[in-house]
Amino acid sequence: MRLNNYAGFFRIIISLILAMCLRIAPWPGALAAFNPDWVLLFLIYWSLAQPEHVGILHAWAFGILVDVLTGRLLGQYALAYSVIIYICLKLHKRLRQFPLIQQGLFIFFCLLLSQLLLFFVKNLQSPAQLHASFWLPVITGTLCWPIVHGALRFVRLSRRVS
Amino acid sequence: MVAVIVSIVLLISEHRSSKIDGFRSTLSFFVDPLKYLVDLPTVLVEKTGNFISSYKALKMENEKLREVYLINQTKMLKFSALENENIRLRALLENSFKLGEQVLVAELLSVNIVPYEHLVVVNKGTRFGVHPQQPVLDSNGVVGQVFRALPFSSEIMLITDPNHAIPVQVNRNGLLTIAVGSGQLNRLLLPFLPSNADIRPGDLLITSGLGGTFPHGYPVAVVDEFTSQPSKAFSNITATPKALLDRNRELMIVWSKSTPVPLISKPITNEVEANTRAPQ
Repeated sequence: MRLNNYAGFFRIIISLILAMCLRIAPWPGALAAFNPDWVLLFLIYWSLAQPEHVGILHAWAFGILVDVLTGRLLGQYALAYSVIIYICLKLHKRLRQFPLIQQGLFIFFCLLLSQLLLFFVKNLQSPAQLHASFWLPVITGTLCWPIVHGALRFVRLSRRVS
Repeated sequence: MVAVIVSIVLLISEHRSSKIDGFRSTLSFFVDPLKYLVDLPTVLVEKTGNFISSYKALKMENEKLREVYLINQTKMLKFSALENENIRLRALLENSFKLGEQVLVAELLSVNIVPYEHLVVVNKGTRFGVHPQQPVLDSNGVVGQVFRALPFSSEIMLITDPNHAIPVQVNRNGLLTIAVGSGQLNRLLLPFLPSNADIRPGDLLITSGLGGTFPHGYPVAVVDEFTSQPSKAFSNITATPKALLDRNRELMIVWSKSTPVPLISKPITNEVEANTRAPQ
C-alpha cells in the first residue's frame, strides 16, 4: 500500500514536470499567446482526483518553480496556484459529481481567478501595458480541460494509482 | 493560508530588493534542465540537418564564407589604422577613448517563457560570467540586454519589449533620442522627437552610449517611412530594428572595458621630467 502510494505520487510529479515543459514549449508565431497554463490544469485535476496526494504545499512549491521557470517575480504563481488549489480541495467532493460541462465552467472561473491574481501582481509591480491576449489562455485552458481530464484519468486508472 | 502569506512576503521582498536572487538561482538548478529538455527537439532537427547536408552544399557554403572572411579581413586592416588615428585625434582633443569589447557567443534556447513579453532565453549564464544589464548583439545590430542571469541560462529582454528603452542617436547628424519597444518584433517607437526634428526615413539609428548600458556606436534600427504632422508637438516616428530578432539563434553577449585608455600621459611625464631636470 505504502509503495503504491509512492508510485502514485511519483506519477503525479512526472505529469507536473511534463506540464512545465508544455508551459514553455515554443508555439509557432501568434499561437504562443494561446498556450494555456498547463501546470494549473494538471494541478486542478490531481487535486480533484486525489486530494490526499496533492495539497496546497505542492501547489505552492510548483508555483515557485514556475515563477523561476518563467522569470516572474518570485511568488506570484505560487500565490495564484495555492489559492486555486485551496478552493478545489474545499469543493472536490461536489465537483467530482458534476458533469463535464459544469466542471468546465468551474475551471473557467478558476483560470480567470488565477489570471486576475497574476494581473493584480503585475499591475502592482509596474503599470502594465497588457494586450487583450493576456486573457486568451483562460479560454484555451477551459477548452483543453476535457483533454487534460481524459488523459490524466487514463494515466490514473490504467496504472491503478490510488 | 500560510502559503498565501509566504508568497505575498516573497513578492514584496523581491519587489523591494534583490536579496533573494540566491534562492532563485538555487531553484533554477531544478528548473533549468527543463529548458534544455524543451530545446532538445530543435537541436536534434538542426543536428540531423547538418548531418545530411550534402558535400556540394557544404563546399559552396565554405567558399562563400571564405570570401566574406577575406572581405572582412581587409576591412579590419583599415579598421585598426582608423582606430589608432581616432585615438590620436581624441588625444588632441584631450578626450578619453573606450576601446576593446569582449564577446561571448551564446545560443538561443527555443523556449517561450511568457507570450506577451519579449524575453528570450540563452544557454550561457553566471557560470560564464554573464551578469544583468549586459548588452546583447547579433551580427546585424543590438538585440537587447541581459535581464536576469541564472547559473546555466539567462533571460534577455529584446529592444522591442514594451518595457524596454534604448538611448540612440541618428548616425547622420548625431541627434539624440530614445527608442522605446513597441511590443511588435519589427518595430521600435521614437516618441520623444519634436515634430520639427531633423530626421528622415532611412536614417540609421546607433547606440549613443548614454545611460552606460550599451556601448557607443552599434547599429540599432532604421527609421521607417513617415509623414510629418506639423499640428502635433511630438511626431509619431517608428523604426525597424536592424538585428534579426526572431530568426537568429546565435547571439553575442558583450563585456565592454570600463576603464578608458589613458591618453596624453607621455607628454605630461616628459614635461615633468623636463621641469625636474631644469634646476639641476
